[in-house]
Amino acid sequence: MISDQITGPGPTMGTVPVNSSAAGTYEIPAQAEAALEKLTAQFPEIFFEARRFRDELTVYVARENIVAVAQFLRDGEGLHYNYLADLTGNDWPDRDPRFEVIYQLYSLDHHTRLRLKVRIPENDCTCPSVTGVWGTANWHEREVFDMFGITFSGHPDLRRILMPVEWQGHPLRQDYAIGWEEPEFTVRKVHRDYAKG
Amino acid sequence: MSRNAMAAASTLTDRVTLERLVEGDHAPGDSERMIINMGPQHPSTHGVLRLVLELDGETVTKAEPVIGYLHTGMEKTMQSKTYQQAIVVTDRFDYTNVMGNNLVYCLAVEKLLGAEIPERAQVLRVIVTELGRLSAHLVWLGTHALDLGAMTVYFYCFREREMIMDMFDIICGARLTASYMRVGGLVSDAPPQFFTNLKDFLEIIDERINEYDYVFNNEIFRRRTQGIGMISQEELIDLAVSGPVLRAAGINYDVRKANPYSGYENYEFDIPLGTNGDVYDRYLVRVEEMRQSARILRQALKNLPDGPVRCADRKISLPPRVELANSMEAVIHHFKLITEGFHPPKNQEVYVACESPKGEIGFYVASDGGNTPYRCHLRGPSFVNLQSLPKMLEGRMLADVVAIIGSIDIVLGEVDR
Repeated sequence: MISDQITGPGPTMGTVPVNSSAAGTYEIPAQAEAALEKLTAQFPEIFFEARRFRDELTVYVARENIVAVAQFLRDGEGLHYNYLADLTGNDWPDRDPRFEVIYQLYSLDHHTRLRLKVRIPENDCTCPSVTGVWGTANWHEREVFDMFGITFSGHPDLRRILMPVEWQGHPLRQDYAIGWEEPEFTVRKVHRDYAKG
Repeated sequence: MSRNAMAAASTLTDRVTLERLVEGDHAPGDSERMIINMGPQHPSTHGVLRLVLELDGETVTKAEPVIGYLHTGMEKTMQSKTYQQAIVVTDRFDYTNVMGNNLVYCLAVEKLLGAEIPERAQVLRVIVTELGRLSAHLVWLGTHALDLGAMTVYFYCFREREMIMDMFDIICGARLTASYMRVGGLVSDAPPQFFTNLKDFLEIIDERINEYDYVFNNEIFRRRTQGIGMISQEELIDLAVSGPVLRAAGINYDVRKANPYSGYENYEFDIPLGTNGDVYDRYLVRVEEMRQSARILRQALKNLPDGPVRCADRKISLPPRVELANSMEAVIHHFKLITEGFHPPKNQEVYVACESPKGEIGFYVASDGGNTPYRCHLRGPSFVNLQSLPKMLEGRMLADVVAIIGSIDIVLGEVDR
């Protein structure tokens, strides 16, 4: 079960009330809604959980289906999400599938956006690669591997990209603390040990 | 490649044939390959980009960018600061487009909050962002010319860039790391001196752009840049390349037109498109973009409305200084905002894209209901565009490498983050 509380704003302590007049101007683009309908029609056996916030539509895709869904969204009739604007990850240590891989799709035809999300459990931290669908995913997936430790099966060249090759750990995980200097500057060791406690 | 062949390569078909010729000359295994490191300390890699080049004679057979030398974990840093504090980190991403970085981050957080921004603040945001675009293109033009051995253009460009830096200094007290924007508006209104300087600048800039073109766009430059660095439209879309590199190949995608933000739909401007997608077309597109930026600036200056520059919601924006002396409520709001900040809706996320001088700059912000961003991610156009570099280099001459790197216009602060 997913411990993902998905509706409504959070507790009111200091929370900004959402300005209703401004929030009312946001509208989910019809193309994105149509894409969701087409997805449901194409894959009747799969349930696509959808979330709407402002003018953005997020569709959750099960890990094993992501490549087929991506391929369909790129090539399907009237869909044409041919431009993968961004791919990144997120880490929620308190949730059960701990990690998320987030795909920001864009269409150069009808100029609307759609977000796909894949949940990745911690004990099997791997996700199928979409480099075969969008070539740009190559470096993005390397970055997610580098920063979150999620491996992408089928990736042609999965290596660290921003951190040094011999680096241990994945810096953008939430349990990777900041506050001391980690690199191989041994002069800082005293300070580092002190900060670690 | 002989000089005659170069001169003949005036049309696209000729250029494609030429590319095949170069490829055909070097069948695999007919000579010894050499691997050289270009960078990370090389004046024309624009920072600390390292390129591993495999050469066959003078022809590049394989190229691989190695990045990360400037990685400082800026996304992680942003996640440890409150939403307003994180703005200073965005200055350091693409340091030639500071205002644009501020803008995309502020727009993302404002969308998360549902905040409404006053009109004057929006127009001022457009003014400083377009000034930033001009400044970034001037840096690009100057350094690109320097890479190709033309030194004069560099001094000309930096002369005008200095005027923009002075304007930034007047408007926010910093030349480079501006941090002029805040979530909910701007840090302060622009002083009258700013508008005087802006008018002076707009009087000369069109003529100066013609001057750069006159000095730089000569036979030597054209021969060095025409017909190199091209890749097909399909490959550009597959690699999600954006900005002038994409538009030089004839694909009409500019976020300002496709998904207008900050009132860009109210301005009249054109999106210049190239035809061949070579280094020369990228130059033409950028120079025309500078003229269009000046056009937007004139319209914005003419239609600048009066009014506040911060949103009225006291849970987001600080109260005006004068109110603090008279209103207890203002003091409380001020105290809460400074010590704690604000809390966007829980478990929500947004992705906002803007057009930076390099291409589509996007910000993904996810909130867990706390006063710091739970996840901040920058979609840097330099990072994504750099991925297309090997395809542009392979089969080209070593001397073209510098011209092609310059034409993508990367900033390593944004690539490595």
